[in-house]
Amino acid sequence: MDYQTMRTFADSWGLLFMVIVFVAVVIYTFRPGSKKEADEIARIPLKDEDGPNKDDKE
Amino acid sequence: MKFAVETVAVGIGAFLALLGAAFARDNMFAAHMWVLFFVLLISVVVLLRNAKFSTAQAASAPADTSGYSDEVVKYGAVATLFWGIVGFLVGVVVAAQLAFPDLNIEPWFNFGRMRPLHTSAVIFAFGGNALLATSFYVVQRTTRARLWGGNAAWFVFWGYQLFIVMAATGYLLGITQGREYAEPEWYVDLWLTVVWVVYLLVFLGTLMKRKEPHIYVANWFYLAFIVTIAMLHVVNNLAVPVSFLGAKSFSAFAGVQDALTQWWYGHNAVGFFLTAGFLGMMYYFIPKQVGRPVYSYRLSIIHFWSLIFLYIWAGPHHLHYTALPDWAQTLGMVFSVMLWMPSWGGMINGLMTLSGAWDKIRTDPIVRMMVIAVAFYGMSTFEGPVMSIKAVNSLSHYTDWTIGHVHSGALGWVGMISFGAIYYLVPKLWHRQRLYSLRLVNWHFWLATLGIVIYAAVMWVAGIQQGLMWREYDDQGFLVYSFAESVAAMKPYYILRTVGGALYFVGGLVMGYNIIMTILGREREEAPIPGSQPAVQPAE
Repeated sequence: MDYQTMRTFADSWGLLFMVIVFVAVVIYTFRPGSKKEADEIARIPLKDEDGPNKDDKE
Repeated sequence: MKFAVETVAVGIGAFLALLGAAFARDNMFAAHMWVLFFVLLISVVVLLRNAKFSTAQAASAPADTSGYSDEVVKYGAVATLFWGIVGFLVGVVVAAQLAFPDLNIEPWFNFGRMRPLHTSAVIFAFGGNALLATSFYVVQRTTRARLWGGNAAWFVFWGYQLFIVMAATGYLLGITQGREYAEPEWYVDLWLTVVWVVYLLVFLGTLMKRKEPHIYVANWFYLAFIVTIAMLHVVNNLAVPVSFLGAKSFSAFAGVQDALTQWWYGHNAVGFFLTAGFLGMMYYFIPKQVGRPVYSYRLSIIHFWSLIFLYIWAGPHHLHYTALPDWAQTLGMVFSVMLWMPSWGGMINGLMTLSGAWDKIRTDPIVRMMVIAVAFYGMSTFEGPVMSIKAVNSLSHYTDWTIGHVHSGALGWVGMISFGAIYYLVPKLWHRQRLYSLRLVNWHFWLATLGIVIYAAVMWVAGIQQGLMWREYDDQGFLVYSFAESVAAMKPYYILRTVGGALYFVGGLVMGYNIIMTILGREREEAPIPGSQPAVQPAE
């Protein structure tokens, strides 16, 4: 595979693949109902820090 | 016996270093192997002095592994402080060397050898230890799992310190690959690769055994930093050593490919070491210190993915108007400009986390430190894309403007967010009620901020003047200034820059004192920060 083949592949199919993956990530992040889940995850650092083996009973 | 295997392994390492010194093909390699031998010899002595030859029964008592593994984080915090102060000091020295060339003490302490010592000390020793310590702390808290791999985290910590010592002593001896931010030679690079793979395994292992179903976004940033640095480090350091007992190696790439590989590495070291890793810090420590969740978790996910997708392409902007093909230069420029978006998305996310608690900027110096870090993140990620535009770059490239830009990012963003994280961590790790003194944090804040402002402003003026002098033609088409004239014109700026750096260094010393006193368990009697406690209302 020479340089020309590789760069042509990269700036066509490679670019398309990257764009599709990125758009899919954005759509998935903002899908309906994701806000509630995201707000829960955002609270992870604020939970108590007693230790790894403490059960999370809030 | 405690650490029996480790002691023997380090002893064998010391013996191999001795052999390396004995059969070295060149004097520099021999000198470097002597350094390694003595470092490892001292390590063996320290390990043996800690050895306890207790009976089998007592030795079999299992160590407490129920809690978080925080001892290594403590060491990391102290190492961050130590290397930070060393790195800032060397920075002040090299700044003074530029202003007063007589301070170049040949051969070991001239600018050419001290400059990589400064950059590596602040980026890899100070920044790297801050990232090691905080990543080990954050990943345990946000996964609610103890670090995976037992003593592997200790190997990562001490292995990384050995890398720092070998890199630093190598520079002073004159051993360098001549690749910016990747100066260590092949054998030191190989050692770092081993350490880094173990770091990745410890981090991944902890993520795998997490008790929290979701992986918090700070860990995404830390993981991106670890994985990408591994990739960049390996590819950029592909080289063929002249001899396995010699210091010199030659790069696997040649010409412009070599240059692009270097700046693909160099810019992503900025993007993934100095940005992604420290964003992980921001997404944990700002919510913790403020006591509120991050402003928008979904924005943080978009921040992450757009940063990852864009940063990796920005490197060619370091090679504008060179032999690099024009399309590659334009590509680097376009991606750099696009990067402005995710960077500011992240900045807004960090700052807006304070919404509803804005008063903390006034009352909590640690929050103030974190906020100015994010503000500098926003400022330098705006300045960077501007400088990557080819028209601007034709003025700014090779001038001190670039140095000013790097320092507003490094001192402002990386330094300040690390200081904030350390001020948060130390009382937690050593179970202290509070820091020794919040007022000293305030002093540190203002010394550092003033230092950065002087430094950056002076370098803007110096850089633009330099750029204009270099491109000044007279009406007959001759250059108006010789290069030496533009150097001489820089003297006042270089002196002022040294002053700015010295202020930042003094801030570091204030921090060192404050942290040491906190670790010793002292609490300074002082008036509270105005507004931090509700004013007492007289009963009516």
